[in-house]
Amino acid sequence: LLSFLPERSNLAGVRHILLVLSGKGGVGKSTISTELALSLRHSGKKVGILDVDLCGPSIPRMFRVQDSDVHQCDSGWVPVFVDQDKSISLMSIGFLLEKPDDAVVWRGPKKNALIKQFVADVAWGDLDFLIVDTPPGTSDEHISTVEALRPYKPLGAILVTTPQAVSVGDVRRELTFCKKTGLRVLGIVENMSGFVCPHCSECTNIFSKGGGEELAKHAGVPFLGCVPLDPQLSQSLEEGRDFIQEFPKSSAFPALARIAQQILDGTSQRSS
Amino acid sequence: LLVLYLSLSVADCPGTNSAQAGRAAACQGCPNQRLCATGGAAPDPAEAAELRERLRSVKHTILVLSGKGGVGKSTFSALLAHGLAADEAKQVALLDIDICGPSIPKMMGLEGEQVHQSGSGWSPVYVEENLGVMSVGFLLSSPDDAVIWRGPKKNGLIKQFLCDVDWGEIDYLIVDTPPGTSDEHLSIVQYLSATHIDGAVIITTPQEVSLQDVRKEINFCQKVKLPIIGVIENMSGFVCPKCKNESQIFPPTTGGAEKMCQNLNVSLLGKVPLDPQIGKSCDKGESFLSEAPESPATASYRSIIQRVQEYCDQHHFNEEKII
Repeated sequence: LLSFLPERSNLAGVRHILLVLSGKGGVGKSTISTELALSLRHSGKKVGILDVDLCGPSIPRMFRVQDSDVHQCDSGWVPVFVDQDKSISLMSIGFLLEKPDDAVVWRGPKKNALIKQFVADVAWGDLDFLIVDTPPGTSDEHISTVEALRPYKPLGAILVTTPQAVSVGDVRRELTFCKKTGLRVLGIVENMSGFVCPHCSECTNIFSKGGGEELAKHAGVPFLGCVPLDPQLSQSLEEGRDFIQEFPKSSAFPALARIAQQILDGTSQRSS
Repeated sequence: LLVLYLSLSVADCPGTNSAQAGRAAACQGCPNQRLCATGGAAPDPAEAAELRERLRSVKHTILVLSGKGGVGKSTFSALLAHGLAADEAKQVALLDIDICGPSIPKMMGLEGEQVHQSGSGWSPVYVEENLGVMSVGFLLSSPDDAVIWRGPKKNGLIKQFLCDVDWGEIDYLIVDTPPGTSDEHLSIVQYLSATHIDGAVIITTPQEVSLQDVRKEINFCQKVKLPIIGVIENMSGFVCPKCKNESQIFPPTTGGAEKMCQNLNVSLLGKVPLDPQIGKSCDKGESFLSEAPESPATASYRSIIQRVQEYCDQHHFNEEKII
């Protein structure tokens, strides 16, 4: 019974919890979760990522630990450490699948049960930040995650969109979800915002431009910045590399670093 | 140290469709046990009969799927609908079962439209005389309205879309889906088992982050015995309009869709390059095929649409032969 108390739980040592959401799929939630974790780590923070996308778990591969196993300890499940340093730890259904290509074909109740376990049973230890990466939408996973995290008072949510209207249209609904569930919006990120040709430096707005910034203005929430399309970033994620460490001159780096800085500034303001 | 594995739906679960659903030994303790045992998931015989009746006049049904979000399912569904409806003699229906993120109304230029009821049920919203559309988007009064529903409620609406909409006689029913392998996907396959599905078109982008989810979708199709018409590799390369050099923005680090299709023995229907006009047309609600007829992406899409049509025609022909 004691483990139900927030102070005694597996999340007791986690200072800040933030969710990465989008109404829209494929806009870069897992990418932003990963790069934010790497950036925060480079600022000396200990970070965990909880991946609650049960049908399409992307996080393990983005850190090149997709073949790792999850072990149990006295207090619960041991998260997977990304390296010897142990400054980034992960939990995802990806680690629990015997065959990675097998579909997880579950209806809501089973998904909800696993999410509750993910929130209660992972022995994170002491973390500065726990980032929760989510699938697109406003359904079972989102409702269950927010409900399970409520006693731990999450910092809030970062919403990711791409610039075009079709994405922004879904992210507006996600903003409503945040309002209805009392989740503070830390800000909006406009991802895949422009592509600079590496050969001739011509900028093409492949997925349009400006929609995320406009939405932030319209909704009265902070705008965290535009992240351009960057083939080096895509490649880095494919190979599970540390983009922040290895490609500081790449086009997406400044924007990603700025997002992390705004999150850090936000938390230091709150504690002072 | 104990290595933890989930006892997943893979080995132990009898399958939500099976007669043993909810009743097998492996079902003990599964959170879905009651749902499966009471048959709450699948249509009962009366419902199945009702669905069969409603969908009797649908000649071909095509599902557009992907394990991954944001790869271009809705974009392709919309263009497939336009492409098939170009033949005015054909009646085409586009059903959007993405309940949380309905993109189809915007892409078809139907934002703000509402659903009307008649004596024979809900009327689809018509883009052309021979192209009707249905989406939860038409049931929402504001673009900020969020549909924050758990699975069972989403399933209920999908069933209504099939039973209560007066589709009329349709040559092609295209069903656009959300990403994943969950309630919506199980439900649509179960409800449409009352009629038949010609097959699924699966969309991916070239990189492994997408492919790893798409392999799961292919696995899902195999589990529920849904034929796969083929795979489309979208966002396959970008040619700079200024210097004409190609960049692989979403790099095929593990061989792209081509390698995956070879390994899994499914057809690759085609590859579509990135074109900024595609997103613009979707945002404007116009058909990209009409707006940019000279684009290499248009040529790819047209060729793919033709292959899908040929697949359906052959399927029909095979069915007739059996009779």
